[in-house]
Amino acid sequence: MHTINLETPTIGRHPDPIRTARLEAIRDGQLGSVHSWELVTAVDGPGTRLTIFLSGCTLRCQYCHNPDTWKLPDGIPTTLREVTDRIDRYAKVLTSAHGGVTLSGGEPLVQPAFAAAIFRHCRRAGLHTALDTSGFLGDRATDAMLDDVDLVLLDVKSGLPETYLRVTGRELAPTLAFGRRLAERGAEIWVRFVLVPGLTDAVDNVDAVADYVASLQGLGAGGAVTRVEVLPFHQMGQSKWAAIGVVYPLADTDPPTDELIDRVCSQFRERGLMVY
Amino acid sequence: MTVVVEPTLAGTPGDGSPGAPWREFAAGPWQDGIDVRDFIQLNHTPYEGDGSFLSGPTDRTTALWSKLTAMFPAERDRGVYDVDPSTPSTITSHAPGYIDRDHELIVGLQTDAPLKRAIMPNGGWRMVEDALLTYGYHPDPQVKKIFTEYRKTHNQGVFDVYPPDVRAARRSHVITGLPDAYGRGRIIGDYRRVALYGVDALIAAKKLDRAELDAHRSTAEIIRDREENTDQISALTDLKEMAAGYGFDISGPAATAQEAIQWLYFAYLAAVKDQNGAAMSLGRTSTFLDIYLQRDLLSGLITETDAQELVDDLVIKLRIVRFLRTPEYDALFSGDPTWVTETIGGMAEDGRTLVTRNSFRMLQTLYNLGPAPEPNLTILWSDRLPTEFKRFCARVSIDTSAIQYESDELIRTNWGDDAAIACCVSAMRVGKQMQFFGARVNLAKVLLYAINGGKDENTGQQVAPVSPAVTGDVLDYADVSAKFDTLLDWLAQTYVDALNCVHYMHDKYSYERLEMALHDQQILRTMACGIAGLSVVADSLSAIRYGTVHPVRDDAGLVTDYLVDGEYPIYGNDDDRVDDIAVDIVKSFMTKIRRQPTYRDAVHTQSVLTITSNVVYGKATGNTPDGRRAGEPFAPGANPMNGRDTHGMLASALSVAKLPYDEAQDGISLTATVVPSGLGHLPAEQADNLVGLLDAYVVSRGFHMNINVLNRETLQDAMIHPELYPQLTIRVSGYAVNFVRLTREQQLDVLSRTFHSHV
Repeated sequence: MHTINLETPTIGRHPDPIRTARLEAIRDGQLGSVHSWELVTAVDGPGTRLTIFLSGCTLRCQYCHNPDTWKLPDGIPTTLREVTDRIDRYAKVLTSAHGGVTLSGGEPLVQPAFAAAIFRHCRRAGLHTALDTSGFLGDRATDAMLDDVDLVLLDVKSGLPETYLRVTGRELAPTLAFGRRLAERGAEIWVRFVLVPGLTDAVDNVDAVADYVASLQGLGAGGAVTRVEVLPFHQMGQSKWAAIGVVYPLADTDPPTDELIDRVCSQFRERGLMVY
Repeated sequence: MTVVVEPTLAGTPGDGSPGAPWREFAAGPWQDGIDVRDFIQLNHTPYEGDGSFLSGPTDRTTALWSKLTAMFPAERDRGVYDVDPSTPSTITSHAPGYIDRDHELIVGLQTDAPLKRAIMPNGGWRMVEDALLTYGYHPDPQVKKIFTEYRKTHNQGVFDVYPPDVRAARRSHVITGLPDAYGRGRIIGDYRRVALYGVDALIAAKKLDRAELDAHRSTAEIIRDREENTDQISALTDLKEMAAGYGFDISGPAATAQEAIQWLYFAYLAAVKDQNGAAMSLGRTSTFLDIYLQRDLLSGLITETDAQELVDDLVIKLRIVRFLRTPEYDALFSGDPTWVTETIGGMAEDGRTLVTRNSFRMLQTLYNLGPAPEPNLTILWSDRLPTEFKRFCARVSIDTSAIQYESDELIRTNWGDDAAIACCVSAMRVGKQMQFFGARVNLAKVLLYAINGGKDENTGQQVAPVSPAVTGDVLDYADVSAKFDTLLDWLAQTYVDALNCVHYMHDKYSYERLEMALHDQQILRTMACGIAGLSVVADSLSAIRYGTVHPVRDDAGLVTDYLVDGEYPIYGNDDDRVDDIAVDIVKSFMTKIRRQPTYRDAVHTQSVLTITSNVVYGKATGNTPDGRRAGEPFAPGANPMNGRDTHGMLASALSVAKLPYDEAQDGISLTATVVPSGLGHLPAEQADNLVGLLDAYVVSRGFHMNINVLNRETLQDAMIHPELYPQLTIRVSGYAVNFVRLTREQQLDVLSRTFHSHV
């Protein structure tokens, strides 16, 4: 895949008109950095969906299976029109397949204007929309954007701040705040929790996630979280770490055992949550 | 045609008296002439409900099926269970056979014992002899003398007339799998006619046809028609005699559901005793039979359990249809397939669904008897099908991987609402249309010939006419495309030439007299050509056009390998740049095929289908410009090359859906494999998501989809412990096979295919 640096350095003191136009387009949501797209079934929301992976992420999760999406400039510069053309191309099949459009990444909220413009287009086209986010940049999601989002796939990577920091390199609080904001707005939420043996599997960590999710159910009209997905860690992202030349911290970690998965699921289930 | 149905003991068929065969049926034109479609349209009961009414297997069914399953391991080990080496099969050649006489509801076997195979030497003696020797049987000297000295066979006839070009193309595997050494199949007798009208009425109708033929001058065509008509009438007479051997008089119409199934099965049985065709499909019988079952259910004659038992019993019979074939044949079409294809579902032209309760019952046999490749259950899918039926089908796919889907929308608009699938993807109006099966040509190899000036990349021999080979260090798209186009002209001509020879001789020496007796006199014939290696050629041309391809030559100057630089679009990712190349190849070859004169003025069609021969074709083909290594299998059918479709199952399917059905009216095959979790967490969610995928594919004008819902680990384990997976069924291009009966090479090919899941 060819790469073009979005942040081309300017030469001298004179502003580069091309660069200026590009930055303006990015600000307006007319231009973004896209890693890839895929038509997927039953993973990023209901039905078969067009999932667009946007480049750029502020977290550095140890178990990330798409580390090639971390850097904004590594994506393909893509105009809004190119994205909406692809969405229009699939509008009919996505409707037939009871699906829609999901923005994933990376972290879509790294490019909030672009994401908002895409969701706006989907809403006008009558397509179901989903935002797959860690919530860390939740402040960047405007209420107007969230009005165009039918479902948020909220990745709660840990329940304890110190574990969250270890897993992602960042603070937990913004995610928790974003989840509460969503619940108060009455947005539908699917919470996702990646289960990594030795990293996120501690009983108190899982309890903390589950307590938090259960607390969301009492906010707004109630019952915002319609499912919790416990995603077992897998090693299928390993080759991507090698490809970008970064040491993979979980190279020797095994996927969770069935017993462990059962235990974690029941921690959520005990709190009355729908767990898959 | 006029039907003359004699009064029976119970009164005339149409009167309302109890026991009259046509009692309670809505009257219509079907009573005045042979018109099964009209009968169905006037009498079927569309069913919009779910499968909760279905019955499980009775103890009797389970016991009967167990008798057979106990025999399967021995058959699998030895290749055959038993053979009668000395009685050439005819409709009446063998004494009645039974699995368990006192406990069978539907009777009839091809020979006097289950799984005992018969010889059918009309196709060719050498194949019979090879097969017998392979399995340790001695050919009967008397039979050999008859079929080598006194009686010419189809195979002998074809080789008497093949021109040298055809022989060379055949030898080099450019044209492969021609039905010149085995029965062509792909003809569907309208077996329903026997149940609805009885044999006597069918004979009477054929005699009327004959009277009309007699009124014409005796030209070659008319003489042939008269001879065929005579053969058809004698086949119908034999059919009655065969049924009489089992104690049934089928001269009149069937009067109950059990009789209807029995009559219909007798007709089918006579066909598979008369012909060892590559695909001996059943047609579209479920909804027809539902009319009888529904009548008996409403009158209290049978219960739902009885109805299911009858269907289970029919399916048991269909599962044990056997032919004696050679190991070479099995390498091409693995798993001992018979393609007893049964077409289920679809919508009527007036917008009503043709789904009935019996559509469900037929699928239910996969639970009652366990999954199996035969009969080849084929759903005609429309997004307008009843929701509950769609869900049920999806559930069956997820549980068994044993059914396939074809677009009802495309089939109905092209062939009407009483069309059935022959073999895998060949749609035809039942009783009104047949095809001359043409196997397929290896397009990838022809591309290599274009690059090498008509020389074979493996042997260096000149197979196609001499043309300028490519020169220089980089392949040029315009240059290679032009050379390829020129060679396709030669290929089309050589190919249709070969097919004309094959089918002339097949009609002459191995005429399907019983199957054709269950057709109208005037029928549409298609010349069904086919192509293999489409995705290899599309990716190769894309690499040449959008990347940089350097040819690598051997000492003799023959291009034997390619070095590819740069990125290029790959077929199977819904990228128009390369998908359009694939579309152009299909259109261009079809155009060239249409220019060739055909035997009996057959209408030209083509398929994009390989069955399992993608392995054999790949083996015979050198390195290709897309980076595929010599000997590596092609993708099956119209599939993208394994692992190159990286944008998800639907994107992959949408590339295939672009291939225009109008230019490939013999069908376009796609095989998709998805892991169960790739469809969702819960059973209901999985079924709904599969329904959504099928709807999306059909509204995008996709034609055919095989669905496997499997984990790779299951297949790997089945390779190591085949005894634990006797019924593990998977879909390959156009049909299902027992995975454990594939060759190791084919098993590895299946494992290398793209398994769609989320990563």
